[in-house]
Amino acid sequence: MEYRITTPVSRKDLADLRAGDSVFLSGIVYTARDAAHQRMMECLKKGEPLPYPIDGSAVYYAGPTPARPGQIIGAIGPTTASRMDASSPALLDLGQKILIGKGRRDENVRKAIMRNGAVYLGALGGAGALAAQSIKSAEVLCWPDLGCEAVRKLLVEDWCLTVIIDSLGNDLYEIGPKNYRDSQEKLP
Amino acid sequence: MRTIKAQLISDTIAELCIRANRELPTDIAQRIREAREKETWPTACTSLQLIQENVIAARNGELPICQDTGMACVFAEVGQEIHVEGDFESAVNDGVRKGYKEGYLRKSVVQDPLRRVNTEDNTPAVITVRLVPGDRLRLTVMPKGFGSENMSAIAMLKPAQGEQGVKDFILETVRHAGPNPCPPIIVGVGIGGTFDRAALLAKEALLRPVTQRNADPYYSAMEEELLERINALGIGPQGFGGRTTALGVNIEVMPTHVAGLPIAVNISCHVTRRATAVL
Repeated sequence: MEYRITTPVSRKDLADLRAGDSVFLSGIVYTARDAAHQRMMECLKKGEPLPYPIDGSAVYYAGPTPARPGQIIGAIGPTTASRMDASSPALLDLGQKILIGKGRRDENVRKAIMRNGAVYLGALGGAGALAAQSIKSAEVLCWPDLGCEAVRKLLVEDWCLTVIIDSLGNDLYEIGPKNYRDSQEKLP
Repeated sequence: MRTIKAQLISDTIAELCIRANRELPTDIAQRIREAREKETWPTACTSLQLIQENVIAARNGELPICQDTGMACVFAEVGQEIHVEGDFESAVNDGVRKGYKEGYLRKSVVQDPLRRVNTEDNTPAVITVRLVPGDRLRLTVMPKGFGSENMSAIAMLKPAQGEQGVKDFILETVRHAGPNPCPPIIVGVGIGGTFDRAALLAKEALLRPVTQRNADPYYSAMEEELLERINALGIGPQGFGGRTTALGVNIEVMPTHVAGLPIAVNISCHVTRRATAVL
């Protein structure tokens, strides 16, 4: 199935999505990766506000290459999401609804996704130049000292993503390869 | 004695950094094309198509293929009859600095592994120098992304584990990596030598075109068998399932000690990049 989703989102907007579906995402998406997540966790510990409104938000685990003059952004594919596994449950419990990256998530993240009716979407790993085409504007929102790891506010339009973990906890990384192997065993 | 100025080395390295990050090597592009023809699983076909479109988008937009423009691994074969005027290592790092700045490439290197402050210019490079006969200088830049580097592994097997142990370790490393290293992957394998040398062999295996087999028929057969068995795992492009989990397995070996069987597996993504120049 194909779905069009615009951020910010509610639990209801994501309820029908299933692992393997395609999502065309529009609206605001915030980038944050290793260092930004560490700082967000420090914010929570100190009771300070997070750099962006977390409820209903979408986070993209990515650090772009510098934009050339005249370009909106450089190449911006996803980074390996599992490095953010330790931080994600807390952010999901605060209302973060869409996680975008690549690679497996741990059991705590999967449970937090189910608990909060959220989703984990996959961007095409290694396809940084293609992802840049769906980004209509980009600005550094917070922590510019982190360079490529700074938190950026992106406006995206019809960005093609794949549902990896849905709100029921189905995981495309388990289902997809298994279905493929089963199909091979059934061959005459 | 032939003299090569440090400036020429810097300029060459800068150009190689930019070229490597924007142009996929032809052997890898060929293997992706072939994989797309053989692939029957729908999501895998789509992923391979998008992977190809990304390479075109990078070329047209003068963008890097992948945002992880890597740590610059530089391999230099230095002819013994060459005199470098200036400092070789500084020349290489100056080139990396220049290439990553002028090519709008991402600066992904931190000064210290634990204190983690970005060096802001992607230096230092990881430099491997080999002295060879002649008066030429052959420079290769391999920007290595860490999504795949992180899924690499090394083991000191017992000699009795032999061929079986080696194959099991390679397959287990790929299976464990799953979707994380951006499959379809290239699997660089180093067997033998010492602990450190096995790892270097595995990295150097990634320099060989995936369309070229090991010259030794014993290892050439092993490369082909492993590729088949890896693709039977069903991980597929992006880990969404499918036939194309790897585009190639390259094995490099060297003599080792009677008591040991070192093996290293260096995983690389579908954007395995390298560019070479000879001075």
